[in-house]
Amino acid sequence: MSLESTTLPPTPSRLRCSSTRAKVAVVRFPGSNCDLDAVQALRTLDSVKADLVWHEEPTIGEYDAVVLPGGFSFGDYLRAGAIAARSPALERITAVADQGLPVLGICNGFQILIEAGLLPGALLRNASLRFVCRWVNVRVDNDSTSFTKNMKEGDVLHLPIAHNEGRFYASKEELATLNREGRVVFRYCDGDGHVSSSANPTGTLDNIAGISNKRGNVVGLMPHPERATEEVLSPFGDSDGSLIFKSMLGIE
Amino acid sequence: MLSPVPRTGLSETEVETVRSLLGREPTETEWAVIDAEWAEHSSYKSSKALLRLFPTSGPRVVLGPGYDAGVVDVGDGYVVTLHIESHNHPSAVDPYGGAATGIGGVLRDIISVGSRPIALLDVLRFGNPEQSAHSRWLLRNVVRGIADYGNCVGVPTVAGDIEFDKSFEKNCLVDVACVGVGRKGSIVLGEAKRPGDMIVLIGGSTGRDGVGGAAFASKNLAKGPESERTSVQVPDPFMKKLLLDALLEVAATKLLHGMKDLGGGGLSTALSEIASKGDTGADVELAKVRVREPNMTPREIMISESQERMLLVLGPEGSDAIFKILDRYEVPHATIGWVTKTGSLKLRWNGTMIADLPAKVVAEAPLITWGTRKPRSAGAGRKPREDGDIQGSLLRLLSSPNISSRRWVYEQYDHEVGLRTVLKPGTADAALLRLPNGSMLAVKADGNSRHSSLDPRRGGAGCVAEASRNVVAVGAEPLAVVDHLQFGDPSDEEVYWTFTETVEGMSEYCRGLPLPVVGGKVSFYNEDASTKQAIKPSPVAMVVGLLPASTARVGMGFGARGESVFVIGMTRAELGGSEYYEEVLGAKAGAVPLPDAKMDSRVYRAVMGLVRANLATAVHDCSKGGLGVAVAEMCIRGGLGVVVDLCEIPGEALSPSDALFSESHGRFIVSTKSAKKVSAILARSGVAFAQLGRTGGSTVKFARGQKTLAAFGVDAAIDAWENPISRLMQ
Repeated sequence: MSLESTTLPPTPSRLRCSSTRAKVAVVRFPGSNCDLDAVQALRTLDSVKADLVWHEEPTIGEYDAVVLPGGFSFGDYLRAGAIAARSPALERITAVADQGLPVLGICNGFQILIEAGLLPGALLRNASLRFVCRWVNVRVDNDSTSFTKNMKEGDVLHLPIAHNEGRFYASKEELATLNREGRVVFRYCDGDGHVSSSANPTGTLDNIAGISNKRGNVVGLMPHPERATEEVLSPFGDSDGSLIFKSMLGIE
Repeated sequence: MLSPVPRTGLSETEVETVRSLLGREPTETEWAVIDAEWAEHSSYKSSKALLRLFPTSGPRVVLGPGYDAGVVDVGDGYVVTLHIESHNHPSAVDPYGGAATGIGGVLRDIISVGSRPIALLDVLRFGNPEQSAHSRWLLRNVVRGIADYGNCVGVPTVAGDIEFDKSFEKNCLVDVACVGVGRKGSIVLGEAKRPGDMIVLIGGSTGRDGVGGAAFASKNLAKGPESERTSVQVPDPFMKKLLLDALLEVAATKLLHGMKDLGGGGLSTALSEIASKGDTGADVELAKVRVREPNMTPREIMISESQERMLLVLGPEGSDAIFKILDRYEVPHATIGWVTKTGSLKLRWNGTMIADLPAKVVAEAPLITWGTRKPRSAGAGRKPREDGDIQGSLLRLLSSPNISSRRWVYEQYDHEVGLRTVLKPGTADAALLRLPNGSMLAVKADGNSRHSSLDPRRGGAGCVAEASRNVVAVGAEPLAVVDHLQFGDPSDEEVYWTFTETVEGMSEYCRGLPLPVVGGKVSFYNEDASTKQAIKPSPVAMVVGLLPASTARVGMGFGARGESVFVIGMTRAELGGSEYYEEVLGAKAGAVPLPDAKMDSRVYRAVMGLVRANLATAVHDCSKGGLGVAVAEMCIRGGLGVVVDLCEIPGEALSPSDALFSESHGRFIVSTKSAKKVSAILARSGVAFAQLGRTGGSTVKFARGQKTLAAFGVDAAIDAWENPISRLMQ
């Protein structure tokens, strides 16, 4: 995808220390397994300090941004994300979100944000009833969130998905609200950006791959941007995942 | 007077050996301990002598067979660890739990040497999925079991091999392999060398699941499999993930003196082996073991194979630091005993001594040499009549469950987690993983039971050849191999003959390359007790290879039109055990491909050279389905046609079916933009090769001079190849 940096919004002043390196907390729950990947991906960016923060530690509030990584927190017992959502970390993360700082939930992190009530809807088992790991095309449907500032609406990102429970569901009213408020951030699409059922890998509602809260500073998505920040790892030879992290941290 | 026969799977001779070695009648617990450790599964009593034929040393070998994992030096202070396991019997009874705990087991082996697991592989064998609902049920649940466990623990499943054959209808094979990476200085051994050290059991609690699992794996499946369900362990990948994270942190402290996973034979095996390997003894209080169920007897505790447990050996001075780490991850731990210098394994139950056995007696079962007899069927059989329908046969092969796309399987596996997977499933002959020092590791596992059943010697060598070839196809140099040998009942002379031939064949090939064997596993008794029908002999090899950091990635799909297509290596009339004979003509006959290590190693160097010089745009080896299938698969992957002239193929008096479907080893198809350079390099390297044709258009065309043998659209090839398995599994 192409980027025209001249059209980008200015670096948000919401980051605590925009002059120095942005500090990102990657919250590790027992059973998180994309935590190290997220730290590694963030560290490929200049001017970012990424720390692994154990979910019980009180330091979450000291960071400029929070990432809830993928995995199987607490073994996905009960329901994916359900137990982690009751961790003390979520109270601290909610406080971070209330301050307008960026909070990103990836895969299991998205499930946790929904279970914790920071995002609406539910994530059900894939329509195939199978885990699916695949590189997909994801269309940017809202470029004004904390995570999509470096993109334009309609841009197509190459990202991998890997999950069992990623079929987004919301009631008619909730869905209408999400659409009205422009809170559907990412949708699965074909290579040309067309949203169709054949480009829907999980049977998710209206091809929804990621949504935001009303303020746009809390986003959850099923695809894994941290697996797509280096060209060598992408079958497309690009690094689209880093666009999401850069947007989140106001890096151009 | 004879004592009563104890409750064991031991033979009468073994029972007498135990009595004479001890000079007394063992206690009930002692019988259970010896029974577990002397089971074939733990002791290798029927195979150990033969396995000594394997070459096991090499400049990069840090640790060879006999430990939880083989260890290979990959430079810059890093090592790669590798191990292969099977969970055949449990998977036949409970495919989901059996496969999942198989993954759990092989992960433990990699963790227990202090390395981080970075990739899983699976080699699966089932009956015919087109005819057997049972086989489809097994496939569905085995794949789900592997996926649920591997995905949850966060170790990517990156490669594998699946074969379907009627002989696996009752006895499916579920082989799982794992590759790890670690620091050379941080490798931990399964030994207890220092008397006074603490023995600590950590992880899951000990229950009645998996009681007698090793003994279960050391006999034929009898009666209804339901009767064996308590022999299958219960998987808990979440606990494994905590164990993994905690143990990697523990290993990094360098305070550990030893570590041993609890697998087959449970505590019996682990305790006797750490003491025997360390030339020490152990004094253990079994009442300290955390149990999951009330009223467990010491016997049950000693032979339980409950999952997610590990034994640590550590000095008292380091214990606080280690326990602190374990506590943080909420990994339970119990100090169950001490290392002693007595050489004995002493077990207590609330203070009372209930077993006192020399550790070496337990750990070293007397070896058995079985009789051998060449089966009458071996190598026999007549050449079948062919119908001459080359195009129909080729399309049929592309849609064979043994050849068609494996997407339905590998998409259920998280093959990306860890940020290491550079070449992904379905795109190349081997998976390619980034290592921390920047170089890349190629991994692949293979086997060919049809070749092995007709000619076990060639089949045994062939599985090493095929796995090596796949690693070479991405440009990597084969470094080491681990093997898994799966057969029927070793007391059957024909079975033991095929086993012997297999080991000799593998060993010769490995010596010829040379390629060190750094570990392996043997699984006998893979046969149906009611029909006495054994599986086809199924040796499997996993090869790892190394590629320098700067090398370009090369997959198997043709990349652009107008490129030249080369074949490297000799094609021979070797259709025995081929997919063409078995799937299309239904013939079990003919000459099985003969691997030639000396020639292959020359071919490997040539192909590695082309990839590393950035001259190859696509590389694919010729294996199942032969050259015809290999070329068609490159078209399918690239979405691009080709015109190939079979007259050019190096070989003698080849019929069209020989040329297209023979599965001769040591062959690659390579496409290139630089035909002249490639020709010059290959001519210098002393290998047989020819330029066969060019890529382009949307038709896959095979001709012999003026005569077209097959010409069909790439779309038709994709239709045949893409969906057979997913359709069957709907």
